[in-house]
Amino acid sequence: MYVYDEYDQRIVEDRVKQFRDQTRRYLAGELSGEEFRPLRLQNGLYIQRYAPMLRVAVPYGLMSSAQVRMMAKIARDYDKGYAHISTRQNVQFNWPELEDVPDILAELATVQMHAIQTSGNCIRNTTTDQFAGVARDEIIDPRPWCEIIRQWSTFHPEFSHLPRKFKIAVNGAASDRAAIEVHDIGLEAVKNEAGELGFRVAVGGGLGRTPIVGSYINEFLPWQHLISYLDAILRVYNRYGRRDNKYKARIKILVKALTPEVFAEKVNAEWAHLKDGPTTLSAEEVHRVADHFVDPAYRELVDLDADLAKLDAEHPGFARWRQRNTVAHKRPGYVAVTLSLKPTGVAPGDVTDKQLDAIADLADRYSFGEVRNSHNQNIILADVEQQQLFPLWGELRELGFATPNVGLLTDIICCPGGDFCSLANAKSIPVAEAIQRRFDDLDYLFDIGDLDLNISGCMNACGHHHVGHIGILGVDKKGQEFYQVSLGGSAGRDASLAQILGPSFAQDDMPDVIEKIIKVYVEQRTDEESFLDTFRRVGVDPFKERVYAANH
Amino acid sequence: MQRIIKNGQIIDETWHLLPKDATLDSLSNCDDYIVPLALWVEHSTALKARDGGLGVWLEAGEEIEEIAADLDNFQVIALNFPAFTDGRHSSTAYLLRTRYGYKGEVRAIGDILRDQLFALKRCGFDAFALRADKDPVDALKAFEDFAEVYQASADEPLPLFRRRA
Repeated sequence: MYVYDEYDQRIVEDRVKQFRDQTRRYLAGELSGEEFRPLRLQNGLYIQRYAPMLRVAVPYGLMSSAQVRMMAKIARDYDKGYAHISTRQNVQFNWPELEDVPDILAELATVQMHAIQTSGNCIRNTTTDQFAGVARDEIIDPRPWCEIIRQWSTFHPEFSHLPRKFKIAVNGAASDRAAIEVHDIGLEAVKNEAGELGFRVAVGGGLGRTPIVGSYINEFLPWQHLISYLDAILRVYNRYGRRDNKYKARIKILVKALTPEVFAEKVNAEWAHLKDGPTTLSAEEVHRVADHFVDPAYRELVDLDADLAKLDAEHPGFARWRQRNTVAHKRPGYVAVTLSLKPTGVAPGDVTDKQLDAIADLADRYSFGEVRNSHNQNIILADVEQQQLFPLWGELRELGFATPNVGLLTDIICCPGGDFCSLANAKSIPVAEAIQRRFDDLDYLFDIGDLDLNISGCMNACGHHHVGHIGILGVDKKGQEFYQVSLGGSAGRDASLAQILGPSFAQDDMPDVIEKIIKVYVEQRTDEESFLDTFRRVGVDPFKERVYAANH
Repeated sequence: MQRIIKNGQIIDETWHLLPKDATLDSLSNCDDYIVPLALWVEHSTALKARDGGLGVWLEAGEEIEEIAADLDNFQVIALNFPAFTDGRHSSTAYLLRTRYGYKGEVRAIGDILRDQLFALKRCGFDAFALRADKDPVDALKAFEDFAEVYQASADEPLPLFRRRA
């Protein structure tokens, strides 16, 4: 993974000093709450329902074991002993004291971490595929490009007060596990006929109040021009994005208002001034960064299909876990393993300090000392030897990470909701838990198959409910917490936005509602048909009829 | 008298910043004025004929393209920030310096606070009229916030990747 040099380290350390002084001035009354607010937000610090929440940046989801141990230490020393993996691959702490935040940042800096631009109206953490570098369907490794974008976006002087937050995602594989079409900018690595690398550029996708799938404005941007082209997009947005209404301030509104074609013309006109200038990326720089992402010291191994099948036969629990929680690796004899942070009864994405320490140890022993956070709020050991899979499974079971539900209905993406977040209209964690309890039969869960169930406690959509096959949105109905259900969303390559089922439901009714929806699917599906495919074939009506049928 | 920051020094203000509704009649011949864009657009000939110094100021939504051909007439171009979180004029300053080659003073006015100065300077501002309740001496410390920066901007034509040792 990327290792800071003296320049990177200096910038992060200067940031600690700067924020320490800003915090001091705020506490001394020299900065008003209003003046401090954008400063602390750009450092990932929210004032929440009970305490501040600090969001630590995990660039493109990648962490070393030393960094994971630091997360454990911070959870122990400054929080209540746990941390939360966010839907943007970051780590959140829900209970730090404001006064402690400068010290937390200083500790983070010792392991090359920070909280820069994890909130606020600026360019946020660039996200990518959690299987980057190991996926079999990968065309190029997106991580060097994410790191190049991270450096470009860190304290960009011109784009530090944008109309609204700005999110970039990069995909380098045939499947899109980074949901690039629902980002402000989505970059897809492509090769042209000559075999040269470029990016297909989408703009104006996003969730939130006005969910939109992005529009492609450039089918092939040669890699050398990535930064100058991003500068051009951001300059057009910074100048012309709406600032009069925060709900219409995202770039998607500008792209829609201008039309993608006119927006693209404006970007190209701006880019014409920048193209081939000093920000043109050099092969040397790309190599310098990419050298940090070369393969680890893989051993020459062979796939152990027969051995693993034998273990499957002897241990049905192992078979189930292997089926759901492991992914094929580009190297023979290796496999990527997802640690499920979604056992029933634990808030999705929460991990304790002890679990984090244990994960760091597992990473050191099984996976070259690195882990990845996924936007599905799980943690991945990407480089596990297949011959180690069985002992690893045993350890994961003891630690509570072996729930065989990755990609299944109970692998719920869920924001912190009204239990923690002051923006939320409704709680989300208890709804997730009630649904997990209802679907506690593993056979049934496996029979239902791939299903993304996403819950957001408000229309800011941190739980990505618009792109859930089943999406749940907390709404306020005359002071009561209600839940709106939508169906048919997808964050993949065939991205689509979910369709609202109808009037919202009380919290207690939610497990019944989800159960009815699943029953309709099970009745209507053809062989091997997924929930999403069935929904796309039969439409919303059968679901609507069942869920809203009068009770007799 | 207001004090402003100019090239990292604190100096006494000598310019008169005219409000948006200012008329030509309110100007003396010899004083230095920063006039609103509308006044310049309407009375450029008369304004050029004066003996005093001339500057123009732009509201956050006013575009630099409108006066791109007139820049030689101004010793100062002031850019107003209705709120420090309104970053539009960061792009304006960048364009003034890099695209239009403007060498005069580019001044940030309005809701200008210490914690924005480092980035604004990078974008091409060389003068800052802090919000009246803020101490410019204290604000000078902001220019030392960071020893290194990643991006190219008006202050540094080369991105860090072309400068790394």
